[in-house]
Amino acid sequence: MGLRAIAVYSEADADLPFVREADEAILLGPANPAQSYLDAAKVLEAARVSGAQAVHPGYGFLSENAGFARAVIDAGLTWIGPSPEAIEQMGDKINARNLMEAAGVPVAAGTREPVADLEEAVAAAAGIGYPVMVKTAGGGGGIGMGVAHDEAGLAKAFEQAARAASRFGGTSAILLERYIERARHVEVQILGLADGTVVALGERDCSVQRRHQKVVEETPSPGITQELRERMLAAAVRAGEAVGYLGAGTVECLVDADKQDFVFLEMNTRLQVEHPVTELVTGVDLVEQQLLIAAGEKTVPSVAARGHAIEFRVYAEDPKRFFPGPGKIDVWAEPSGEGVRVDSGYAEGNTVTPFYDPLMAKLCVFGQTRAEALERARAAVADFKVVGPKNNLPFCAELLEHPEFVGGDYDTGLVARMRA
Amino acid sequence: MAEVRAEMVANVWKVLVAQGDTVEDGDTLVILESMKMEIPVISEGDGVITELKVAEGDVIQEGDLIAVID
Repeated sequence: MGLRAIAVYSEADADLPFVREADEAILLGPANPAQSYLDAAKVLEAARVSGAQAVHPGYGFLSENAGFARAVIDAGLTWIGPSPEAIEQMGDKINARNLMEAAGVPVAAGTREPVADLEEAVAAAAGIGYPVMVKTAGGGGGIGMGVAHDEAGLAKAFEQAARAASRFGGTSAILLERYIERARHVEVQILGLADGTVVALGERDCSVQRRHQKVVEETPSPGITQELRERMLAAAVRAGEAVGYLGAGTVECLVDADKQDFVFLEMNTRLQVEHPVTELVTGVDLVEQQLLIAAGEKTVPSVAARGHAIEFRVYAEDPKRFFPGPGKIDVWAEPSGEGVRVDSGYAEGNTVTPFYDPLMAKLCVFGQTRAEALERARAAVADFKVVGPKNNLPFCAELLEHPEFVGGDYDTGLVARMRA
Repeated sequence: MAEVRAEMVANVWKVLVAQGDTVEDGDTLVILESMKMEIPVISEGDGVITELKVAEGDVIQEGDLIAVID
């Protein structure tokens, strides 16, 4: 697109490929995120000294921070994302849930106001019916989430959520929702275009999770009918329209596979880690679309829907208990070939540090059919060589032989069952 | 005597015990943090903490000694 890319980095990431690959890279500060990637003033200063015109917030740290979005705009720069108001409205899970209900998007039975203490939680759970999911209104990445099957479990889950909430500044309220057993996590990619319309670019099934965090994503979802797909896509468009959404966003839903019904879970007001699978089947470059939309270009992407794509998050963690396994990378050899795409953040000789997320690379495969995608995935996982940090490639290989995953009839409990 | 060692590179987020404390099997001694995950380090027996080698904010390597329980 002829744009110059300026990267920002912390001392811990100085040797990583993205620092070299950018046209210019600016050091923000030490490894501690509060002194580097989360320091909005430092990021803005980096933009100023480099003469940047726009800020792409990526998908971590400040990417869903309305205050940062506002600061970028106030500094006279272009914010590549939705309006700060839309981020705020969706950032609070209780507010988002109520807003979606008003827009005609199905939501799970749950609390419409923050739950102040355990006593209130017990009363609310009695009304909703067990099992319930306890979570923090401002949390993400599964932090502070817990399922309670009875009052004793609720006390434990509430205490855990409250601890997580206080750790993130004490501003995060707690909410309760009906928990769906045998749920699939299916999300819809939306794009709010510069002319104000919202389009849906298909769904992603993210039901392979450990600790409520995604490990594998695929599209199309093997667990929903075409009829349900159409209902979900239409609801996601309504969700985007309700907040005047601009740019790339994701409407996350829980699907009751047995009943073929869904409820709104939350909206992510940014690009997702797993966006490549949507790119592979639609032929749309989502980041290019983000940039065009932010530039005010009134173009409508031409969206295909062909084949099947699967992403495996290659994490630096042990493949049995999924505990962090940072370390120096002695060998790094990526697979290649037809239908294989690897987006990686590391190279041989780099060190995976304990400071950030364990994601090292995204291994994506495309096939004309799901069976072909699975076949290519098996070969690609076998060809991916990582020596040094612990990694979950052996888990990926195991998953690709698991009858539930291979058959497509799986839910968010799959990984726990594999490790039971 | 039991030595408690780190299973991975991590930051020491919370230290919940002090030297001289009596602990039981299953008690949480310290909470480590690595890659955005909290990892409680649990006592695998009853005893008294005779040595405590870490403080909050320390970065420890795999195999480093955290505590000795006697």
